[in-house]
Amino acid sequence: MTTVPLTTKKDWSSDQEVRWCPGCGDYSILTAVQMMMPELDVRREDTVFVSGIGCAARFPYYMNTYGMHSIHGRSPAIATGLAITRPDLDVWVVGGDGDMLSIGGNHLIHALRRNIDMTILLFNNQIYGLTKGQYSPTSEQGKVTKSTPMGSIDHPFNPISLALGAEATFVARTHDMDRGHMQEMFRRAHEHKGSAIVEVYQNCNVFNDGAFDALTKRDARDAMLINLEHGKPVRFGVDNERGVVIDNDGAKIVEVADVGEDALYVHDESASTTGQAFALSRLASDRQSPTPVGIFRAVQRSEYGEAVSGQLAMANETKGPGDLNALLHSLPTWEVS
Amino acid sequence: MTNTADRSDVREVERIIIRFAGDSGDGMQLTGDRFTSASALFGNDLATLPEFPAEIRAPAGTLAGVSAFQVHISDHDITTPGDAPNVLVAMNPAALKADLPKVEPGGTVIVNTDAFEERNLAKAGYETNPIEDGSLDGYTMITSPMTSLTKEVCKDLGVKPRDAERSKNFFALGLVSWLYSRPEEPTMLWIEEKFGDKELVVAANKAAYKAGHAFGETAELSASRLAVRPAKLEPGTYTNINGNTALSWGLVAGSQLAGLPIFLGSYPITPASDILHELAKHKNFGVRTFQAEDEIAAVGSALGAAYGGHIGITTTSGPGIALKGETLGLAVSLELPLVVIDIQRGGPSTGLPTKTEAADLMMAMYGRHGEAPMPIVAASSPSDCFDTAIEAIRLAIRYRTPVMLLSDGYLANGTEPWCLPDVSSLKDIPVEFASRTNHTNADGEDVFMPYVRNDDMARPWAVPGTDGLMHRIGGIEKEDGTGNISYDPENHGFMVELRDERIRKIAESIPPLEISGDPDADILVVGWGSTWGSIAAATGRLNRAGTPVAQIHLRHLHPFAPNLGEILARYKHVLVPEMNLGQLSRLLRAEFLVDAKSISKVTGQPFTAAEMVNNIMEAAR
Ligand SMILES: Cc1ncc(C[n+]2csc(CCOP(=O)(O)OP(=O)(O)O)c2C)c(N)n1
Ligand code: SF4
Ligand SMILES: [Mg+2]
Repeated sequence: MTTVPLTTKKDWSSDQEVRWCPGCGDYSILTAVQMMMPELDVRREDTVFVSGIGCAARFPYYMNTYGMHSIHGRSPAIATGLAITRPDLDVWVVGGDGDMLSIGGNHLIHALRRNIDMTILLFNNQIYGLTKGQYSPTSEQGKVTKSTPMGSIDHPFNPISLALGAEATFVARTHDMDRGHMQEMFRRAHEHKGSAIVEVYQNCNVFNDGAFDALTKRDARDAMLINLEHGKPVRFGVDNERGVVIDNDGAKIVEVADVGEDALYVHDESASTTGQAFALSRLASDRQSPTPVGIFRAVQRSEYGEAVSGQLAMANETKGPGDLNALLHSLPTWEVS
Repeated sequence: MTNTADRSDVREVERIIIRFAGDSGDGMQLTGDRFTSASALFGNDLATLPEFPAEIRAPAGTLAGVSAFQVHISDHDITTPGDAPNVLVAMNPAALKADLPKVEPGGTVIVNTDAFEERNLAKAGYETNPIEDGSLDGYTMITSPMTSLTKEVCKDLGVKPRDAERSKNFFALGLVSWLYSRPEEPTMLWIEEKFGDKELVVAANKAAYKAGHAFGETAELSASRLAVRPAKLEPGTYTNINGNTALSWGLVAGSQLAGLPIFLGSYPITPASDILHELAKHKNFGVRTFQAEDEIAAVGSALGAAYGGHIGITTTSGPGIALKGETLGLAVSLELPLVVIDIQRGGPSTGLPTKTEAADLMMAMYGRHGEAPMPIVAASSPSDCFDTAIEAIRLAIRYRTPVMLLSDGYLANGTEPWCLPDVSSLKDIPVEFASRTNHTNADGEDVFMPYVRNDDMARPWAVPGTDGLMHRIGGIEKEDGTGNISYDPENHGFMVELRDERIRKIAESIPPLEISGDPDADILVVGWGSTWGSIAAATGRLNRAGTPVAQIHLRHLHPFAPNLGEILARYKHVLVPEMNLGQLSRLLRAEFLVDAKSISKVTGQPFTAAEMVNNIMEAAR
């Protein structure tokens, strides 16, 4: 086991000039990651950031690790090949809502269902930033953008619901205004064995400014963010006066005084079924309603790359190591003299 | 092994072309395959052409549902599955209708009379029964009620009539094996091995085979008996191999020679899926196979594996290459090793999934946006797929580039005897991973620059996990040396030319082409891919008949072998037969300004040697 040298944020920062728009939420996510990395028990040499295309996808250039800035939407697929062949590496995938939910949606859900060991950071700004402001698959219906002058018609994806539908084993949400919370989510996602996805509400101050203000502004958070904590009743509010109950109709917000604390849903991130986590993910239908953040789901399931290696080891054990000459003679042969 | 060929009532011939045809449910591929194996073990040279419908079960009894297997067996070296079959085995009216026109005049037609009843005749479009109405006059006809005779022998074994019917292809095999003096043992052993645990099936198939054999003996068919002596092939150990198996083994061999494990990312598609199936069996060679969600993920995962230091491979057919295009452009930009295999089929679109064509050359050459050159190699025969696969891996690793390997449906499924190579004679493929910094910057600091190049103009393969070499790569244009993002116009121009030059430079390690046939001829036939067999047969025939013809066959299509231009310039007529509308001929014209004439056939079927002879004569006139 190689020992992990002590590092600082600076060691994890590359020499490349960061080129996001001033004020972009991506800066605070980058800082959160660069500051957190020295606290994880990993080496820069063993860390790889893989991304697609988009503003968010520039991320790998700024990390002093191995990195690949690939093509639009394909990062989960590329990371899949890397993670399966190199279980010794720490593979991170970074991308935007267009990158991972539109053009790359297929790869994302398949990576999640396979449970391949990678940590996926989805920067959701509900807009296409890099292409200058078209609506994205997470944009709210009716959104007026350059490509939707009369408002968008599309019904949006809810990334958490989608990930749970794909039976992702680790699903969390955080936002770019709270470094501590981001780091806690990233750290937990990193510790998770299998595919872990963290949705980060990210402000695009040029094309979708303030999209999450009603939820994430410091003075709004207590009333609007529902912190999910494992093993605890789900409560929130300025005076912690509100809570969440889950019944057959799904999750709903109640006044604790009306129902009593015992009626509240006690969050279980390790529940074997996705039902309750899914109900929580449907709680907020827009950005003006109280919205859960934290870990929706964290369960163990066989990790893909490990299972692949397991089959290789078993084949080696039962058949012995491959012998090329024997392979060439494995069909009926005859001699000509 | 019993050698029934010694029997005195048997006439010896140099070669026979037999075509087994029936409904897709009749087991004709298996029958053909068994006949081929017995012939291979007997020592004949051979070549096969399986042809089947795209539907798993096309409507029974119809022309669309006909499945056929043609095998050419010979006592000397042959290179094609033959022109017109000498013998047609027709298991139903549709098979007769579809394939009788292919049979040589006066050839032998063997029919299963039980299948020639009203309904089947109508489905095949016959108004009267061709067995009775004189349609087959001029052919040697052998009729046998195969279905009922098979049921008959199976009855005593306790096999239900419906199940017994399924063994009728073994009856046909038995009859044909008797007629053409094939040994019985290999088939008996095979039946036991294949159906081992199903006793009744073993018994039924064996009984049907023997009944077919006995039918030949008792029906006084001796006049039709023929034998083909073993061929005088190069001494060695032989196996009968199809292209997809040879290709898979070539990939495994390449992996062993390089000492690096294989990662195959693939999405099922005819006719490439069998490579995925074959490689999935060889996990004990360190082979990881990954059935991806689509072709884009297949190539993406292979590229990810290559980035991690494995041999990244992706296999598909034309439609899949179209999907992979953008990722291949990325691989060109990243300069990472990658092997991309296209088992071509009829196109465009879904086209003819089970038929052969070689019309993806231009896509391999130019099918990416921007100037995105990659080396292209093509296999020329089923066994050549082995060597071509090793060559693709060699090029990819040495030059750090994606490499396109072209095969086709005909090579994929066609078989030929292959003289197994001595494994120890295969050349190792050196692999060099970057392990240290390669540059000192102005501050005197040792740094790693990912796009500094070696003598081959290849950049270092620095895999994640290597101490001190952290770096970022990507698809955005980069500065040579540092690999840093650069939008500078001059730099882009420089990089475009550099990427072009470094692929052209590969020609330095390609062996010069050798001319076969008559080098002093006026006519040169230039081929690539699976046309090799029919071109070789045709040039052989022409030279023997007094028309001098020279032949070269290209394994490397980009870059070309270094002496190609000089060879082309020597000939008055340069003819280029291809299973497309002239793609290589256009490349040759563009590159060498020669009057390369295209000979094309795009029907989903390979050229026969006879067609090739005619085409060459005509084009050279
Ligand atoms: C194949 C392909 N199609 C389209 C594009 C153009 N494109 C680049 S980024 C992008 C969307 C970016 O949105 P998102 O993924 O949400 O990232 P953001 O910029 O918002 O961080 C698009 C459409 C591309 N680069 N490649
Ligand atoms: S366009 Fe939006 S997301 Fe992109 S860098 Fe600017 S602010 Fe950030
Ligand atoms: Mg976005």
